[in-house]
Amino acid sequence: MVLVYSDDKKLTLELLNKAQELAKEMHKKVIAVCIGSEDAAKDYLAYGADTVIVAETTQQQFKAEEYTSILQTIMKDHGKEIVLIGSNKNGKELAARLAAKLDAGCVMDCMKVYLQDKKLTTERIVYSGNAIAVEQFTSSPQILTIPPKAFDPLPKNEHHTGEIIKKKIDPEPSPSKILKTQEMKSEGVNVEDATIIVSCGRGLKKKEDIKLVSDLADVLKGYTVGCSRPIAADLKWLSEDHWIGLSGHKVKPKLYIACGISGQIQHIAGMRDSGVIVAINKDPEALIFKSADYGIVGDLYEVLPKLTNAIKNKMG
Amino acid sequence: MNIIVCAKQVVDVAEIKMDASTKKPILAGVPQKISDMDKNALEEAIKIKEKHGGKITIVTVGAPDAKERIKELLAMGADEGVLIHAPEHADYHVIAHLLAGAIKKIGAYDIILCGEASIDMFSSQMGPRLAGLLNIPQITYAQNLTAETSKILSERNLGEKAVSMESPYPVLLTVTKESNTPRLPSLMAILASSSKPIHEWPATGVTSENLVPKVKTLDIKGIPMQRKNIIYQEDLDASVTKLVDELGKIGVLR
Repeated sequence: MVLVYSDDKKLTLELLNKAQELAKEMHKKVIAVCIGSEDAAKDYLAYGADTVIVAETTQQQFKAEEYTSILQTIMKDHGKEIVLIGSNKNGKELAARLAAKLDAGCVMDCMKVYLQDKKLTTERIVYSGNAIAVEQFTSSPQILTIPPKAFDPLPKNEHHTGEIIKKKIDPEPSPSKILKTQEMKSEGVNVEDATIIVSCGRGLKKKEDIKLVSDLADVLKGYTVGCSRPIAADLKWLSEDHWIGLSGHKVKPKLYIACGISGQIQHIAGMRDSGVIVAINKDPEALIFKSADYGIVGDLYEVLPKLTNAIKNKMG
Repeated sequence: MNIIVCAKQVVDVAEIKMDASTKKPILAGVPQKISDMDKNALEEAIKIKEKHGGKITIVTVGAPDAKERIKELLAMGADEGVLIHAPEHADYHVIAHLLAGAIKKIGAYDIILCGEASIDMFSSQMGPRLAGLLNIPQITYAQNLTAETSKILSERNLGEKAVSMESPYPVLLTVTKESNTPRLPSLMAILASSSKPIHEWPATGVTSENLVPKVKTLDIKGIPMQRKNIIYQEDLDASVTKLVDELGKIGVLR
């Protein structure tokens, strides 16, 4: 069985595509898991699952200890071979704990998953975006996490049907408690879905100057502002939903304009899949130019107003 | 409080150079250091010890030269170090069992602290995996924590959401890079740390199990990055015009 679980529905649909491809090659079935709510169950069937198991549980909120035990219960009854888990922070801690409980191999953030010599093989980015590790499982069960956007979902197929099995599972409660959940300070920006991103870094001298960047983003219709680590994590001039990089968001817009970003490998790891990359930096030696299709060497305080104007004229 | 801090010796990723012909990273000769977030974990441990008293033990699985790195952590404020010699073939499964075995051998503990991920592999796997083996609660991606006498309070940073949690002891937490700024040891502390013990244990000394990796690495390959690298550095107005024309031509301005 290829088991699929994520607390993020959209990500689950992406996982289902890869899951059904592997299942077909290995002559297995795809089982998608819903925990707590069955709302997504029908969609999971239409997007490639052969069976959906709905875990009916009193544990409404995610806690890795309890969700691990729920998945273990399901695997006891339905086989434990391959488990694909959506790679967000909850998914990763769930996958790791489940791997410990099953004494299983686990590979996080797989960008590619395929069979080589009939063995499950994965590729993931390591060394801060400098290399790809090709890894292979030597035993089963095999647990993988897959990040958003690594695969597209299959087109929805209403005729693809299957069984929805409801199962009452009450895991042993964890001694830890969730006290409250708060929205983090956010400006509601979704850089991962943006088609054009104008991004800023330490080349900006003060918070107010972000306007230069947002003015350019405004004239480009894909209006989204991104930034490198210092702007979000250290200076906090923008909320973390703008942060692009290895530990921020990974993006692939059709156009990425990096303004005053030096091009640390951690930042490159977050934007290397962009269609066209433009860099503006006053230092001709800046690393960012090595990762760019086009670059202008110049002070962003002079370049940005001119560029904004020129694009405005061009686009009418 | 008995506090365990898991620390990993890693290559300094900022110092990695690329082989121009194979595009592979050159890992030989790259300076080694303690992974950044493991120092954040130690900093939290020191703050807890300052408040409640107790003992901080560093546990590392690594090469013999990791001993030098453990000394830096003793200088920062840890009391004792344990270095388990890494077997030749190891994956997360193997290392997690070695850490768990060493922690059981050390004895009673209240808190285990890890970094949210290591800067070389960035899996975020070891902390929660270890918590699973020890069958204790886990709080990952902690951006702050407050240790009280009978429980710990902590806030998980999930990006869009922050989840406040509490747990009784024993508990394992992984901390983020933003949780604190690790202290730099004073010269006095560096000198004093030379008398602190570092125990070296063979893998067979912490577990009787025959540990076989579940995942093997086939290759570490380079990342092809084919970019045009057209850089305009003449007159600014001309540069801007050329760039906008080019962007228009390739169709990204629609």
